[in-house]
Amino acid sequence: MSWTRDQMAARAAQELRDGYYVNLGIGIPTLVANHVAPDIDITLQSENGILGLGAFPTEAEVDPDIINAGKQTVTELDRTSYVSSADSFGMIRGGHIQLSVLGAMEVAENGDLANWMVPGKMVKGPGGAMDLVAGVRRIIVLMDHLDKAGSPKFRRACTLPLTGTNVVDMVITNLAVFERPDRASPFRLIERAPGVTLDRVRDATEAHFEVSPA
Amino acid sequence: MVQKVYDSAGAALDGMVRDGMTIVAGGFGLCGIPETLIDALVRSGVRDLTIVSNNAGVDDFGLGRLLRTRQVRKMISSYVGENREFERQYLAGDLEIEFSPQGTLAERMRAGGAGIPAFFTRTGVGTQIAIGKPTADFDGDLYVMERGIVADLAIVKAWKADPYGNLVYRKSARNFNPMAATCGRVTIAEVEQLVDPGAIDPDHVHTPGVFVQRLIRATCNEKRIEQRTTRSAHAA
Repeated sequence: MSWTRDQMAARAAQELRDGYYVNLGIGIPTLVANHVAPDIDITLQSENGILGLGAFPTEAEVDPDIINAGKQTVTELDRTSYVSSADSFGMIRGGHIQLSVLGAMEVAENGDLANWMVPGKMVKGPGGAMDLVAGVRRIIVLMDHLDKAGSPKFRRACTLPLTGTNVVDMVITNLAVFERPDRASPFRLIERAPGVTLDRVRDATEAHFEVSPA
Repeated sequence: MVQKVYDSAGAALDGMVRDGMTIVAGGFGLCGIPETLIDALVRSGVRDLTIVSNNAGVDDFGLGRLLRTRQVRKMISSYVGENREFERQYLAGDLEIEFSPQGTLAERMRAGGAGIPAFFTRTGVGTQIAIGKPTADFDGDLYVMERGIVADLAIVKAWKADPYGNLVYRKSARNFNPMAATCGRVTIAEVEQLVDPGAIDPDHVHTPGVFVQRLIRATCNEKRIEQRTTRSAHAA
Protein backbone atom coordinates (compact mmCIF):
# COMPACT_ATOMS: atom_id res chain seq x y z
CA MET A 1 0.00 0.00 0.00
CA SER A 2 1.03 3.58 -0.43
CA TRP A 3 -0.49 7.01 -0.05
CA THR A 4 -2.45 8.60 -2.91
CA ARG A 5 -1.67 12.12 -4.04
CA ASP A 6 -4.58 13.44 -2.00
CA GLN A 7 -3.38 11.56 1.08
CA MET A 8 0.11 13.03 0.59
CA ALA A 9 -1.40 16.50 0.32
CA ALA A 10 -3.50 15.86 3.44
CA ARG A 11 -0.34 14.85 5.32
CA ALA A 12 1.36 18.08 4.26
CA ALA A 13 -1.73 20.02 5.41
CA GLN A 14 -1.09 18.71 8.95
CA GLU A 15 2.03 20.92 9.00
CA LEU A 16 -0.05 24.10 8.62
CA ARG A 17 -0.47 26.28 11.70
CA ASP A 18 -3.08 28.92 12.42
CA GLY A 19 -2.09 32.27 10.94
CA TYR A 20 0.51 30.93 8.52
CA TYR A 21 1.21 32.62 5.21
CA VAL A 22 1.84 29.78 2.75
CA ASN A 23 3.03 29.37 -0.82
CA LEU A 24 1.94 26.18 -2.61
CA GLY A 25 3.77 25.00 -5.72
CA ILE A 26 2.21 23.72 -8.92
CA GLY A 27 0.94 20.11 -9.08
CA ILE A 28 0.36 17.94 -6.00
CA PRO A 29 1.25 20.82 -3.63
CA THR A 30 -1.79 22.75 -4.92
CA LEU A 31 -3.99 19.96 -3.48
CA VAL A 32 -2.85 20.87 0.05
CA ALA A 33 -5.36 23.74 0.00
CA ASN A 34 -8.20 21.18 -0.12
CA HIS A 35 -7.15 19.63 3.20
CA VAL A 36 -6.80 22.57 5.57
CA ALA A 37 -8.34 21.73 8.95
CA PRO A 38 -11.47 23.76 9.75
CA ASP A 39 -9.93 25.31 12.87
CA ILE A 40 -6.83 26.52 10.97
CA ASP A 41 -6.83 29.86 9.16
CA ILE A 42 -4.09 30.30 6.58
CA THR A 43 -3.42 32.83 3.83
CA LEU A 44 -2.14 31.55 0.49
CA GLN A 45 0.39 33.59 -1.43
CA SER A 46 0.89 33.40 -5.18
CA GLU A 47 4.28 34.71 -6.22
CA ASN A 48 3.12 36.60 -9.30
CA GLY A 49 1.51 39.05 -6.88
CA ILE A 50 -1.51 37.84 -4.90
CA LEU A 51 -1.65 37.58 -1.13
CA GLY A 52 -4.91 35.87 -0.17
CA LEU A 53 -5.68 33.43 -2.96
CA GLY A 54 -9.27 32.27 -3.42
CA ALA A 55 -10.74 29.14 -5.04
CA PHE A 56 -11.14 28.54 -8.75
CA PRO A 57 -13.91 30.76 -10.18
CA THR A 58 -17.27 29.66 -11.46
CA GLU A 59 -17.61 30.12 -15.20
CA ALA A 60 -19.36 33.45 -14.54
CA GLU A 61 -16.61 34.64 -12.21
CA VAL A 62 -13.66 34.04 -14.56
CA ASP A 63 -11.47 37.17 -14.73
CA PRO A 64 -8.35 37.02 -16.94
CA ASP A 65 -6.68 39.59 -14.67
CA ILE A 66 -6.81 37.17 -11.70
CA ILE A 67 -4.44 34.25 -12.21
CA ASN A 68 -2.17 32.29 -9.88
CA ALA A 69 1.48 31.35 -10.39
CA GLY A 70 0.38 28.33 -12.44
CA LYS A 71 -1.44 30.76 -14.78
CA GLN A 72 -4.77 29.26 -13.65
CA THR A 73 -7.80 31.47 -13.19
CA VAL A 74 -8.55 32.02 -9.48
CA THR A 75 -10.66 34.34 -7.32
CA GLU A 76 -10.01 36.92 -4.63
CA LEU A 77 -11.12 36.93 -0.98
CA ASP A 78 -12.08 39.66 1.48
CA ARG A 79 -8.48 39.62 2.73
CA THR A 80 -6.80 39.74 -0.68
CA SER A 81 -4.15 42.25 -1.63
CA TYR A 82 -2.48 42.58 -5.02
CA VAL A 83 1.18 43.50 -5.15
CA SER A 84 3.90 43.81 -7.76
CA SER A 85 6.12 40.79 -8.37
CA ALA A 86 8.98 42.69 -6.68
CA ASP A 87 6.91 43.17 -3.52
CA SER A 88 5.71 39.58 -3.73
CA PHE A 89 9.25 38.23 -3.82
CA GLY A 90 10.12 40.70 -1.08
CA MET A 91 7.66 38.74 1.09
CA ILE A 92 9.36 35.50 0.02
CA ARG A 93 13.01 36.57 0.11
CA GLY A 94 12.48 38.59 3.27
CA GLY A 95 11.34 35.53 5.24
CA HIS A 96 7.73 36.68 5.71
CA ILE A 97 6.21 33.48 4.30
CA GLN A 98 6.24 30.70 6.90
CA LEU A 99 5.89 27.65 4.71
CA SER A 100 6.22 26.53 1.11
CA VAL A 101 5.24 23.13 -0.29
CA LEU A 102 6.99 22.21 -3.53
CA GLY A 103 7.43 19.29 -5.89
CA ALA A 104 10.87 17.82 -6.63
CA MET A 105 12.76 15.68 -9.08
CA GLU A 106 15.42 14.87 -6.45
CA VAL A 107 16.16 15.64 -2.83
CA ALA A 108 19.57 14.88 -1.25
CA GLU A 109 20.22 13.75 2.31
CA ASN A 110 21.88 17.13 2.99
CA GLY A 111 18.68 18.97 2.00
CA ASP A 112 19.72 19.94 -1.51
CA LEU A 113 16.79 20.20 -3.92
CA ALA A 114 16.65 19.72 -7.71
CA ASN A 115 13.36 20.52 -9.43
CA TRP A 116 13.95 22.78 -12.42
CA MET A 117 16.10 21.21 -15.09
CA VAL A 118 16.97 17.92 -16.79
CA PRO A 119 20.11 18.35 -18.92
CA GLY A 120 19.60 17.22 -22.49
CA LYS A 121 15.90 17.96 -22.34
CA MET A 122 14.36 21.32 -23.14
CA VAL A 123 15.12 23.75 -20.37
CA LYS A 124 12.05 25.65 -19.23
CA GLY A 125 13.63 27.73 -16.46
CA PRO A 126 13.41 27.92 -12.67
CA GLY A 127 10.46 30.34 -12.42
CA GLY A 128 10.18 31.31 -8.75
CA ALA A 129 11.41 28.03 -7.24
CA MET A 130 14.94 29.21 -6.47
CA ASP A 131 13.59 32.33 -4.73
CA LEU A 132 11.09 30.29 -2.72
CA VAL A 133 13.62 27.77 -1.37
CA ALA A 134 16.11 30.54 -0.60
CA GLY A 135 13.64 32.75 1.23
CA VAL A 136 10.74 30.82 2.78
CA ARG A 137 11.41 29.73 6.36
CA ARG A 138 10.28 26.10 6.05
CA ILE A 139 10.30 23.97 2.89
CA ILE A 140 8.25 20.77 2.52
CA VAL A 141 8.76 18.60 -0.56
CA LEU A 142 5.88 16.47 -1.85
CA MET A 143 7.05 13.88 -4.38
CA ASP A 144 6.72 10.27 -5.49
CA HIS A 145 9.26 8.07 -3.74
CA LEU A 146 10.56 6.63 -7.03
CA ASP A 147 10.91 8.26 -10.42
CA LYS A 148 9.26 6.86 -13.55
CA ALA A 149 12.26 4.57 -14.15
CA GLY A 150 11.92 3.19 -10.62
CA SER A 151 14.98 4.97 -9.21
CA PRO A 152 14.97 6.58 -5.74
CA LYS A 153 14.37 10.33 -5.73
CA PHE A 154 15.63 10.81 -2.15
CA ARG A 155 19.35 10.37 -2.75
CA ARG A 156 22.83 10.63 -1.24
CA ALA A 157 23.44 13.59 -3.58
CA CYS A 158 21.39 15.20 -6.34
CA THR A 159 22.47 14.27 -9.87
CA LEU A 160 20.39 17.03 -11.51
CA PRO A 161 21.18 20.77 -11.45
CA LEU A 162 20.25 22.24 -8.07
CA THR A 163 17.44 24.62 -7.23
CA GLY A 164 18.95 25.32 -3.81
CA THR A 165 21.48 23.90 -1.36
CA ASN A 166 20.47 22.63 2.08
CA VAL A 167 16.93 24.01 1.84
CA VAL A 168 14.55 21.07 2.48
CA ASP A 169 13.08 20.51 5.97
CA MET A 170 10.57 17.73 5.31
CA VAL A 171 9.98 15.15 2.57
CA ILE A 172 6.56 13.57 2.10
CA THR A 173 6.37 10.75 -0.45
CA ASN A 174 3.76 8.14 -1.31
CA LEU A 175 5.60 5.76 1.05
CA ALA A 176 6.88 7.77 3.99
CA VAL A 177 7.58 11.05 5.77
CA PHE A 178 11.10 12.27 6.60
CA GLU A 179 11.83 15.29 8.74
CA ARG A 180 14.75 17.03 10.39
CA PRO A 181 14.59 19.49 13.30
CA ASP A 182 17.10 21.90 11.77
CA ARG A 183 19.29 22.16 8.70
CA ALA A 184 22.39 20.82 10.48
CA SER A 185 20.67 17.55 11.37
CA PRO A 186 20.13 14.39 9.32
CA PHE A 187 16.66 13.43 8.08
CA ARG A 188 14.68 11.03 10.22
CA LEU A 189 11.94 8.67 9.05
CA ILE A 190 8.92 9.61 11.18
CA GLU A 191 5.98 7.92 9.41
CA ARG A 192 5.28 5.16 6.91
CA ALA A 193 2.16 4.72 4.77
CA PRO A 194 -0.12 1.90 5.98
CA GLY A 195 1.37 -1.49 5.14
CA VAL A 196 4.74 -0.06 4.05
CA THR A 197 7.54 -1.81 5.90
CA LEU A 198 10.79 -0.21 7.04
CA ASP A 199 12.64 -2.58 4.69
CA ARG A 200 10.59 -1.38 1.75
CA VAL A 201 11.41 2.25 2.59
CA ARG A 202 15.11 1.38 2.91
CA ASP A 203 15.08 -0.46 -0.44
CA ALA A 204 13.44 2.51 -2.17
CA THR A 205 15.68 5.18 -0.61
CA GLU A 206 19.27 5.98 -1.48
CA ALA A 207 19.66 8.76 1.10
CA HIS A 208 20.92 8.00 4.57
CA PHE A 209 18.22 8.60 7.18
CA GLU A 210 17.69 7.91 10.84
CA VAL A 211 14.64 6.05 12.08
CA SER A 212 12.34 7.41 14.73
CA PRO A 213 11.66 4.94 17.57
CA ALA A 214 8.42 3.22 16.71
CA MET B 1 1.38 70.03 -20.45
CA VAL B 2 3.87 67.82 -22.27
CA GLN B 3 1.87 65.69 -24.66
CA LYS B 4 2.40 62.05 -23.67
CA VAL B 5 -0.65 60.62 -25.38
CA TYR B 6 -0.07 59.23 -28.88
CA ASP B 7 -2.72 58.24 -31.41
CA SER B 8 -1.44 54.74 -32.05
CA ALA B 9 1.15 52.19 -31.02
CA GLY B 10 2.99 52.81 -34.27
CA ALA B 11 3.15 56.54 -33.58
CA ALA B 12 4.36 55.94 -30.01
CA LEU B 13 7.14 53.64 -31.24
CA ASP B 14 8.22 56.05 -33.98
CA GLY B 15 11.92 56.88 -33.53
CA MET B 16 12.14 54.59 -30.52
CA VAL B 17 13.18 51.29 -32.11
CA ARG B 18 16.47 50.16 -33.60
CA ASP B 19 17.98 46.77 -34.36
CA GLY B 20 19.91 45.19 -31.49
CA MET B 21 18.14 47.15 -28.76
CA THR B 22 17.05 45.83 -25.36
CA ILE B 23 13.35 45.96 -24.53
CA VAL B 24 11.82 45.13 -21.14
CA ALA B 25 8.18 44.04 -21.17
CA GLY B 26 5.74 43.78 -18.28
CA GLY B 27 3.41 40.84 -17.79
CA PHE B 28 3.29 37.37 -16.25
CA GLY B 29 2.32 34.57 -18.59
CA LEU B 30 -0.27 36.22 -20.83
CA CYS B 31 -1.61 38.35 -17.95
CA GLY B 32 -0.93 42.08 -18.06
CA ILE B 33 1.15 41.93 -21.24
CA PRO B 34 1.34 44.94 -23.58
CA GLU B 35 -0.51 43.21 -26.43
CA THR B 36 -0.92 46.32 -28.59
CA LEU B 37 2.73 47.37 -28.41
CA ILE B 38 4.00 43.83 -29.06
CA ASP B 39 1.94 43.71 -32.26
CA ALA B 40 3.33 47.12 -33.25
CA LEU B 41 6.88 45.87 -32.65
CA VAL B 42 6.16 42.93 -34.96
CA ARG B 43 4.97 45.37 -37.64
CA SER B 44 8.00 47.65 -37.11
CA GLY B 45 10.29 44.88 -38.37
CA VAL B 46 12.94 45.69 -35.73
CA ARG B 47 15.40 42.80 -35.36
CA ASP B 48 18.06 41.25 -33.10
CA LEU B 49 16.17 42.25 -29.99
CA THR B 50 17.10 41.35 -26.44
CA ILE B 51 13.79 40.97 -24.59
CA VAL B 52 13.61 41.06 -20.80
CA SER B 53 10.34 39.50 -19.67
CA ASN B 54 9.37 36.89 -17.11
CA ASN B 55 7.92 34.64 -19.84
CA ALA B 56 8.07 34.40 -23.62
CA GLY B 57 4.36 34.23 -24.43
CA VAL B 58 2.84 31.28 -26.29
CA ASP B 59 3.40 30.32 -29.93
CA ASP B 60 0.87 32.65 -31.50
CA PHE B 61 0.28 35.26 -28.79
CA GLY B 62 2.19 37.76 -26.72
CA LEU B 63 5.97 37.78 -27.14
CA GLY B 64 5.61 34.49 -29.05
CA ARG B 65 4.61 36.61 -32.04
CA LEU B 66 7.99 38.37 -32.01
CA LEU B 67 9.72 34.99 -31.72
CA ARG B 68 7.78 33.56 -34.64
CA THR B 69 8.99 36.37 -36.90
CA ARG B 70 12.55 35.76 -35.62
CA GLN B 71 12.96 39.32 -34.38
CA VAL B 72 14.40 38.20 -31.03
CA ARG B 73 18.05 37.23 -30.54
CA LYS B 74 18.06 36.80 -26.76
CA MET B 75 15.53 36.39 -23.95
CA ILE B 76 16.16 37.18 -20.27
CA SER B 77 13.37 35.30 -18.48
CA SER B 78 12.60 33.06 -15.52
CA TYR B 79 10.39 30.55 -17.33
CA VAL B 80 9.80 29.88 -21.02
CA GLY B 81 8.03 26.51 -20.86
CA GLU B 82 4.83 27.41 -22.71
CA ASN B 83 6.39 28.13 -26.09
CA ARG B 84 7.24 25.51 -28.75
CA GLU B 85 8.62 28.08 -31.18
CA PHE B 86 11.04 29.17 -28.47
CA GLU B 87 12.15 25.55 -28.07
CA ARG B 88 12.72 25.08 -31.81
CA GLN B 89 14.83 28.23 -32.17
CA TYR B 90 16.75 27.58 -28.96
CA LEU B 91 17.65 24.00 -29.91
CA ALA B 92 18.67 25.22 -33.39
CA GLY B 93 21.05 27.71 -31.76
CA ASP B 94 19.20 30.72 -33.19
CA LEU B 95 18.03 32.07 -29.86
CA GLU B 96 19.94 32.78 -26.66
CA ILE B 97 18.42 32.48 -23.18
CA GLU B 98 19.60 33.97 -19.90
CA PHE B 99 17.61 32.50 -17.01
CA SER B 100 17.01 34.77 -14.08
CA PRO B 101 15.03 33.45 -11.10
CA GLN B 102 11.64 35.15 -10.98
CA GLY B 103 12.21 37.20 -7.84
CA THR B 104 15.72 38.06 -8.91
CA LEU B 105 14.39 39.24 -12.27
CA ALA B 106 11.78 41.45 -10.59
CA GLU B 107 14.44 42.90 -8.31
CA ARG B 108 16.87 43.42 -11.19
CA MET B 109 14.24 45.58 -12.91
CA ARG B 110 13.43 47.43 -9.69
CA ALA B 111 17.11 48.02 -8.95
CA GLY B 112 17.90 49.20 -12.47
CA GLY B 113 15.04 51.67 -12.33
CA ALA B 114 16.14 52.92 -8.91
CA GLY B 115 19.75 53.55 -9.92
CA ILE B 116 21.14 50.49 -8.14
CA PRO B 117 23.67 48.72 -10.41
CA ALA B 118 23.81 45.48 -8.41
CA PHE B 119 22.51 43.77 -5.28
CA PHE B 120 23.10 40.60 -3.29
CA THR B 121 20.57 37.79 -2.84
CA ARG B 122 20.57 34.26 -1.42
CA THR B 123 18.50 33.10 -4.41
CA GLY B 124 20.51 30.78 -6.63
CA VAL B 125 23.57 30.41 -4.39
CA GLY B 126 25.22 27.07 -5.12
CA THR B 127 23.29 26.60 -8.40
CA GLN B 128 24.07 27.13 -12.09
CA ILE B 129 22.50 30.58 -11.84
CA ALA B 130 25.41 31.78 -9.66
CA ILE B 131 28.20 30.55 -11.94
CA GLY B 132 30.58 33.37 -12.80
CA LYS B 133 28.92 35.84 -10.45
CA PRO B 134 30.64 37.36 -7.38
CA THR B 135 29.53 36.06 -3.99
CA ALA B 136 29.88 37.56 -0.53
CA ASP B 137 29.29 36.46 3.04
CA PHE B 138 26.91 38.59 5.09
CA ASP B 139 26.34 37.59 8.72
CA GLY B 140 27.37 34.01 8.02
CA ASP B 141 25.23 33.42 4.91
CA LEU B 142 26.47 33.36 1.34
CA TYR B 143 24.87 35.70 -1.19
CA VAL B 144 25.30 36.11 -4.95
CA MET B 145 25.56 39.44 -6.73
CA GLU B 146 22.97 40.16 -9.40
CA ARG B 147 22.95 43.16 -11.75
CA GLY B 148 20.24 45.76 -12.08
CA ILE B 149 18.66 46.03 -15.53
CA VAL B 150 18.25 49.22 -17.53
CA ALA B 151 16.64 48.72 -20.94
CA ASP B 152 16.54 50.98 -23.99
CA LEU B 153 12.77 50.74 -23.99
CA ALA B 154 10.10 49.53 -21.57
CA ILE B 155 6.63 48.50 -22.71
CA VAL B 156 3.93 48.03 -20.07
CA LYS B 157 0.19 47.43 -19.80
CA ALA B 158 -1.97 49.33 -17.32
CA TRP B 159 -5.67 49.50 -16.59
CA LYS B 160 -6.01 53.26 -16.25
CA ALA B 161 -3.86 56.25 -16.98
CA ASP B 162 -4.35 60.00 -16.87
CA PRO B 163 -2.65 62.25 -19.47
CA TYR B 164 0.25 62.85 -17.06
CA GLY B 165 1.17 59.16 -17.30
CA ASN B 166 0.06 58.20 -13.80
CA LEU B 167 -0.80 54.50 -14.03
CA VAL B 168 -3.12 52.13 -12.17
CA TYR B 169 -2.90 48.38 -12.75
CA ARG B 170 -5.72 45.90 -12.23
CA LYS B 171 -5.48 42.87 -9.91
CA SER B 172 -2.75 40.35 -10.75
CA ALA B 173 -2.16 42.03 -14.11
CA ARG B 174 0.12 44.34 -12.11
CA ASN B 175 2.89 41.69 -11.75
CA PHE B 176 6.10 42.90 -13.46
CA ASN B 177 4.63 46.07 -14.97
CA PRO B 178 5.53 48.55 -12.18
CA MET B 179 9.23 47.56 -12.17
CA ALA B 180 9.41 47.34 -15.96
CA ALA B 181 8.01 50.87 -16.17
CA THR B 182 10.89 52.20 -14.05
CA CYS B 183 13.78 50.53 -15.85
CA GLY B 184 13.33 51.74 -19.42
CA ARG B 185 15.30 54.74 -20.66
CA VAL B 186 12.00 55.39 -22.43
CA THR B 187 8.78 53.83 -21.19
CA ILE B 188 5.65 53.44 -23.30
CA ALA B 189 2.44 52.41 -21.55
CA GLU B 190 -0.68 51.05 -23.24
CA VAL B 191 -3.80 51.44 -21.16
CA GLU B 192 -7.33 50.09 -21.21
CA GLN B 193 -8.79 53.41 -20.08
CA LEU B 194 -7.45 56.93 -20.52
CA VAL B 195 -9.12 59.11 -17.89
CA ASP B 196 -9.24 62.84 -17.28
CA PRO B 197 -6.66 64.66 -15.15
CA GLY B 198 -7.66 64.31 -11.51
CA ALA B 199 -9.79 61.23 -12.10
CA ILE B 200 -7.23 59.00 -10.42
CA ASP B 201 -6.99 59.45 -6.66
CA PRO B 202 -3.33 60.44 -6.02
CA ASP B 203 -3.28 57.85 -3.22
CA HIS B 204 -4.14 55.14 -5.73
CA VAL B 205 -1.43 55.76 -8.34
CA HIS B 206 0.76 52.66 -8.76
CA THR B 207 3.29 54.11 -11.23
CA PRO B 208 3.80 57.89 -11.09
CA GLY B 209 3.96 59.74 -14.40
CA VAL B 210 7.67 60.50 -14.08
CA PHE B 211 8.37 56.97 -15.28
CA VAL B 212 6.13 57.14 -18.36
CA GLN B 213 7.15 59.10 -21.46
CA ARG B 214 4.52 57.94 -23.94
CA LEU B 215 0.96 56.62 -23.64
CA ILE B 216 -1.52 54.96 -25.95
CA ARG B 217 -5.01 53.57 -25.64
CA ALA B 218 -4.66 49.79 -25.96
CA THR B 219 -6.46 48.48 -29.03
CA CYS B 220 -5.68 44.82 -28.23
CA ASN B 221 -7.23 43.70 -24.96
CA GLU B 222 -7.78 40.05 -25.76
CA LYS B 223 -6.40 38.93 -22.36
CA ARG B 224 -6.07 35.34 -23.46
CA ILE B 225 -6.27 32.83 -20.59
CA GLU B 226 -3.60 30.11 -20.44
CA GLN B 227 -5.25 27.81 -17.88
CA ARG B 228 -8.99 28.31 -17.64
CA THR B 229 -9.77 26.52 -14.38
CA THR B 230 -13.29 26.69 -12.97
CA ARG B 231 -15.45 25.06 -10.36
CA SER B 232 -19.09 24.12 -10.67
CA ALA B 233 -21.47 26.88 -9.63
CA HIS B 234 -23.52 24.24 -7.81
CA ALA B 235 -20.69 22.80 -5.71
CA ALA B 236 -20.35 23.86 -2.09
